[in-house]
Amino acid sequence: MQTVELIPVPDSDIPFLLPLFSCSVPAGFPSPASDEIEEMFDLNRLLLRHPDATYLVRVMGESMAGAEIHEGDLLAVDKQMEADHNHIVVAVIDGECTVKRLWCEDGAWWLKPENPAFKPWQIHDAGDVQIWGVVTHVLHELIPGKMGALLRTRD
Amino acid sequence: MFGLLDINNFYCNCESVFQPRLQGKPVVVLSNNDGCIISRSAEAKVLGLQMGDPYFQVKELLERHQVHVFSSNYPLYGDMSRRVMYCLAQNAPEVEIYSIDEAFMDLHGMERYLGSLDTFARNLRAKVLKRTGLPNCVGVAPTKTLAKLANRLAKKQPEHGGVVFLDTDERRRWALEQVAVEDVWGVGRQYAAKLTAAGIYSAAELAACSDSFARKHLGGVVGARLVRELQGYPCHGLAPSEDGSLRRQSICCSRSFGQALTSFDDVLGAVATFLSRGAEKLRRQADAAHMLTVFVSKSRYGLEPPPYTFSAVVTLPRATNDTGELLTQARAVLAAIWQPGRYVKAGIVLDGLEPAGQVQLSLFCAEPPSEKRSLIMAEMDALNRRFGKNTVRLATAIPAPGLAVAPWAAKASWRSPAYTTQLSDLLQVR
Repeated sequence: MQTVELIPVPDSDIPFLLPLFSCSVPAGFPSPASDEIEEMFDLNRLLLRHPDATYLVRVMGESMAGAEIHEGDLLAVDKQMEADHNHIVVAVIDGECTVKRLWCEDGAWWLKPENPAFKPWQIHDAGDVQIWGVVTHVLHELIPGKMGALLRTRD
Repeated sequence: MFGLLDINNFYCNCESVFQPRLQGKPVVVLSNNDGCIISRSAEAKVLGLQMGDPYFQVKELLERHQVHVFSSNYPLYGDMSRRVMYCLAQNAPEVEIYSIDEAFMDLHGMERYLGSLDTFARNLRAKVLKRTGLPNCVGVAPTKTLAKLANRLAKKQPEHGGVVFLDTDERRRWALEQVAVEDVWGVGRQYAAKLTAAGIYSAAELAACSDSFARKHLGGVVGARLVRELQGYPCHGLAPSEDGSLRRQSICCSRSFGQALTSFDDVLGAVATFLSRGAEKLRRQADAAHMLTVFVSKSRYGLEPPPYTFSAVVTLPRATNDTGELLTQARAVLAAIWQPGRYVKAGIVLDGLEPAGQVQLSLFCAEPPSEKRSLIMAEMDALNRRFGKNTVRLATAIPAPGLAVAPWAAKASWRSPAYTTQLSDLLQVR
């Protein structure tokens, strides 16, 4: 009787659905592919491991520029995941939230920025730092659009 | 077995999840319109601040101890509540959402799958804390009333690690001894006074009452069930949750104003705003209302003698959920009860609900409900859902030109950002 497996219920968020086509689309001319729509997929479910435990935060500053995380980007932060070596995490130091890479070297743990202009911070006492969540995705706008516009209106 | 999970100091903890610097500091959250304290952090409780303390009375104390004060931020609390409930729904077989920060779980027969319910409760508690950052407590017991009582003990006595499991009769008796009769779920202030007068002080003494005593002094069968539940015999199952299956019997929408209003048009604007909200809720559950109540209140603290609240009820010619139709009635009602003065609060109640579309036509009602009107309402709701609240509304509910904020808008001077529901309000990290 111990073999029953509970299947997690899918997230009830309003899904953002994109059609997935099962035929290849020849370049040059649009194919009347609308008859071939196979399924709709939800970007949230495709990308996020735990949609209900994921929070979006906005990046300020360029301390993580080396990891392709820039000012104004959105980060998906998973609170359910256990943070580990080499994860990029949101950590709380002195009551402030910061995004850094969690790094273990010779038994010592560090919060490392990815920008030579910033200094790494060694975790001496586990009580000094609190891991708020693990960053799973970066949302970076390559073509100026709504995200950037939203940011500009705030400044 | 039933479980009850409840978030500690829910509103305060929602704030400190997104502002970690608040951890370990005294924090309070104020009710709508910044009226009184509705949530306190542990550190604020130590200062002697009580639930319901009016802000203006404790302002000095708050300032002296540098208490962090917040206006209520319901978009944030609502979303965090949704995340908690989602986590419970994934882990427990059946969940009844009892309030914004607590839920009952039906765990009958689940020992076979879950193993020890004590371990299950501890894991669940840790999961909710991990996923949301919200500390919480769990009570597990044979009945809902006992689960509530166990939850209370888990909260008050930190040595249990946030979980109290009343699996044996000894444990049940032990728990009943710890709780005063006024703190039992279902015992209000009046019954508590009655019981203490009869020499019943603890939950254990209440559980030892006879069935006939409970029936006589605690409101008949309700009281008898309460005592049976304390004895460990379940009388209440899970009630359907607010997922649409639990339909409201009446809809009330009322708010106090951020400032006193004296002009009829301003008060009518407020009434129209609340009415629009009420009618929207009515349409969401696909109902129509037969009766409309409008009430307005003057300040109690002025020079005028009572009464302070004036209200009137109209029976509508036919049941409707059309905001325009309802507003025509509300305007007439307000005009009838109107007198000059300084008004601080208004509200509407929609009663006598019946499913829309099965409306009984009136003999004296000229025209049948028009299909076009209901299409307009549906369109309006769709636009407001898509582009945000108040995108389309009745002209009466719009403040006079030149006013950025409606004069009736409630005060919310210290509201934190809507961290999880507004893109412009996201938490910022460096």
